[in-house]
Amino acid sequence: MAYLLELKKVTKRFGGLVAVNRVDFTLEPGRIVSIIGPNGAGKTTLFNLITGIYKPDEGEILFEGRSLVGLRPDQITARGISRTFQNIRLFGNMTVMENILVGMHTRFRASPVDILIQTPRFRREEQQLREEALRLIRFVGLRASPDELAKNLPYGEQRKVELARALAARPKLILLDEPTAGMNPQETAETTRLIRRLRDELGITVILIEHQMRVVMGISERVTVLDYGEKIAEGSPEEVRRNPRVIEAYLGRGVAIGAIA
Amino acid sequence: MLRAKTMEWITQIRNGRSIYLVGVLSYIVAALLLMNWLSQPGLRDAVWYPLVSALAFAAFLGSLLVIYYAPLAGAVKAILGLAILLVLLPILGVRNTFLLEVATQVGIFAAMALGLNIVVGFAGLLDLGYVAFYAVGAYLWAIFGSPQANIAFGTNRFPLEPEWFFLFLFLAVGVAALTGILLGLPVLRLRGDYLAIVTLAFGEVIRVIVNNLDKPINLTNGPQGIRPVQRPPLFFKPWLYALGIRLDDPTLYALYFYFLVLLVIGFAIWLARRLENSWVGRAWTAIREDELAAQAMGIPLVRMKLAAFATGASFAGAMGMIFAAKQYFINPESFTFMESIGVLVMVIVGGMGSIPGAIVGATVVTILNLQILKGLSLMLNKLRQAGVVIPIINFPLSQWPTQLEPAKYERLVFGILLILMMILRPQGIIPERRHRMELAEALGREEHAEPERLPVEEELPPVIPAPEVRPTRD
Repeated sequence: MAYLLELKKVTKRFGGLVAVNRVDFTLEPGRIVSIIGPNGAGKTTLFNLITGIYKPDEGEILFEGRSLVGLRPDQITARGISRTFQNIRLFGNMTVMENILVGMHTRFRASPVDILIQTPRFRREEQQLREEALRLIRFVGLRASPDELAKNLPYGEQRKVELARALAARPKLILLDEPTAGMNPQETAETTRLIRRLRDELGITVILIEHQMRVVMGISERVTVLDYGEKIAEGSPEEVRRNPRVIEAYLGRGVAIGAIA
Repeated sequence: MLRAKTMEWITQIRNGRSIYLVGVLSYIVAALLLMNWLSQPGLRDAVWYPLVSALAFAAFLGSLLVIYYAPLAGAVKAILGLAILLVLLPILGVRNTFLLEVATQVGIFAAMALGLNIVVGFAGLLDLGYVAFYAVGAYLWAIFGSPQANIAFGTNRFPLEPEWFFLFLFLAVGVAALTGILLGLPVLRLRGDYLAIVTLAFGEVIRVIVNNLDKPINLTNGPQGIRPVQRPPLFFKPWLYALGIRLDDPTLYALYFYFLVLLVIGFAIWLARRLENSWVGRAWTAIREDELAAQAMGIPLVRMKLAAFATGASFAGAMGMIFAAKQYFINPESFTFMESIGVLVMVIVGGMGSIPGAIVGATVVTILNLQILKGLSLMLNKLRQAGVVIPIINFPLSQWPTQLEPAKYERLVFGILLILMMILRPQGIIPERRHRMELAEALGREEHAEPERLPVEEELPPVIPAPEVRPTRD
C-alpha cells in the first residue's frame, strides 16, 4: 500500500541535543494515529519537521512519494498538510471569518488585477469561499459569530476556530498538536468525535499529539511513542499500553500518573 | 439602481436623519463664516491672528471628520466631502494661497501615511526609512526634469519638457517599488527591531548617497540641491480662460498640485481598500498577527512582505516626485530621518492599519507643525516686538531666545503627541476596524444555526477536571 507520509531516519539536532533521533514513521491514507511521549520527547519537533518549520539534519520526509525536505512551510501547506498549534496561534485581531479565509490562502486564484478592478471572478471566488467558511464554522460546532474577533473567544471556541482554519486549506493530512489540551471532559468528548468526523466525513488523514490517554486510546488506530527523540514503541493502543518500555518511559521516572493505566 | 439609491436616501432624510444633515451643514457654514471673517484685512495685524486662523483652518478641515462620523447615508457623506475638497477648499485657497499650500502638504503626507500604513499597519513591518522612497521619486524627476542631467550625462537634451511629468509619475512609482523590492530582499528576513534598524540605516544611506553624489559624476548636485525642477504643464490654462477664469500662474500651480495630490490620494485610498478586503490584505494582517502561523497557512512570507514593501514604497515615490515639482527645488535636507519618523507618527496617531486613520493622522500632525506651531511663533514674535513682559516673573519676552521658538518644537510635538496617544488612545484616533461579514447580509441574515449538540460519547463523571498532570522530566 502506498504511504501518504513516510519518514525515513529523520534526525534533528539543536546544538548538542538530539531532539529527534533517526525516527522512521509511515502512515497510510485514511488513518487516525497518535504520537505520545513525555514532555520534551520530540513530538512537536517532529510536527515542525513535517511542516517545514525545521529542516531535518538527516533523513527523508516523503509526502505522496515526493520529498518535503527543503520546502518552505507555505509550500508544504500547498501540498496538502495543515496543522494546529499546541498553544493556539490564531490571528487575534482578525475575525473568525477572516481567520478561516486566511486558512484558505492557497486556494485563492484571483490575481491582484482581479482584486483591483473587482472582476466577477474575484467576487465569485470571495463569495464561494466565505460560504464554505460558514459551513466549516458549522462543521466544527462553533457557536460564536463569524464577525467576532478571535481573541475575544473563550478558549474552547478558539480551539475550534483553529481547527476550522486548518481545515480551510482542504488538507489531505492534518496534524493536531494537543487538540484537547485544557478542555473539560465534555469538550474533550466533543473534540474526539469531531476528529473522527474529519476522517469519516472529510476523508482527512489525522496525526495527533495527545496527552489525554482517553482520547488517544479512544480514537487512534495506531500509537507511536517517542522518548528522548527516539521511537520506543509503535502499535495498537492495546499493545502500546502494555509495552514495558512505554510504561518505563512514563512511570519509571516516578512522576507518573494513572493516565497510562 | 441609482433611483433606488435616491429613494433610500430620501427616506433616510424623512426618517429624521435630516437633523444630522442640518447639524453637519451648520458646522461647515460656521467654519466658513469664521474663515471669511478672519480674511478681513484689518485683522491680519492682531496678535492672536496667526493662531486663530490656523485653528479656524483646522476646524474647517475637521468638518471632513464630522461628516465621516455623522450618521448619514454614504452618498450624502460623499457629496458633502467632495464639495468641501473640490469646491470650497479651492475657492478659499484662491483667496489665500497659503491654505492651498498647507492643504497640499497635508495631502502629500496623507498619501505617504497611506503607503506606510500598508507596510506598518497592515503587514506589521516597522519601516523607519520610508523617506528613502520619497527621495527616490523626488530625485528621479529632479535630475531629468532639470538641467542637472546635462551635467551628469554631458548632453543638452535636458530638462525634459513638462509633458514628460506624467510619464515620469508612473516611472517614479515603478522605480520606488523596485527600490522597495531590492531593499526588501535582504532585509525582510529580519524581524521586529532588527528590521526597524536596517530600514533606518537604509533611509540614511540613501540620504548620504544623494548628499555625496556630486562626484565623481555630478548626479545630484550634493548638498546644494537641484534647482529649478520642471513643473507639470498647465495644459488646462486655455480652457480656464475660455471659461473666463483668469488666475496668475502661482495660484494655478498651487491649485494644480492640490488637485494632483487629491487625485493620488483618491487612488491610494481606492488601492488600499481593495487590497485590504482581499486575500492580499488578509495575508498581510495575518503576517502582522503571527508570522509563523501565517506561513503555516500557506502564505509565502517573503513574497507577501515584498509586495507590501513595494506597494508602500510606490506611494512615497509618486509623492516625492510631486513634492519635487511643487517645491521647484530639492536638496538632501528634505529627506532626513525626521521625515520618516514624522510619517510614522502620523500612522500611529491616526491608528495603525486604519485607512481613515492614516489620513486624519497626517492632517493632525501636518497642521500642528505647519500651522499651529508657526502661528504660535508668529504670535510670540509680535508680542516680543510689542515689548510684552510676562507678569509676576517679570520676564521680558524680547529676551526669549530664538532657538526656543515654537516653530522649532516639531520633535517635541511628535514626542508629546506619541506619549499622549499611548496613554489616552493607544489604538489611534480612528482605530482599525475589522470588517463585518457582508455575506451574512447577502444570505438574507440567515440565522446562525445552533450546531447540533454533539452527544457525549461515554458517560463521563461530572467532575471538575483536575489540572492535567503531565509526566515531566526534571
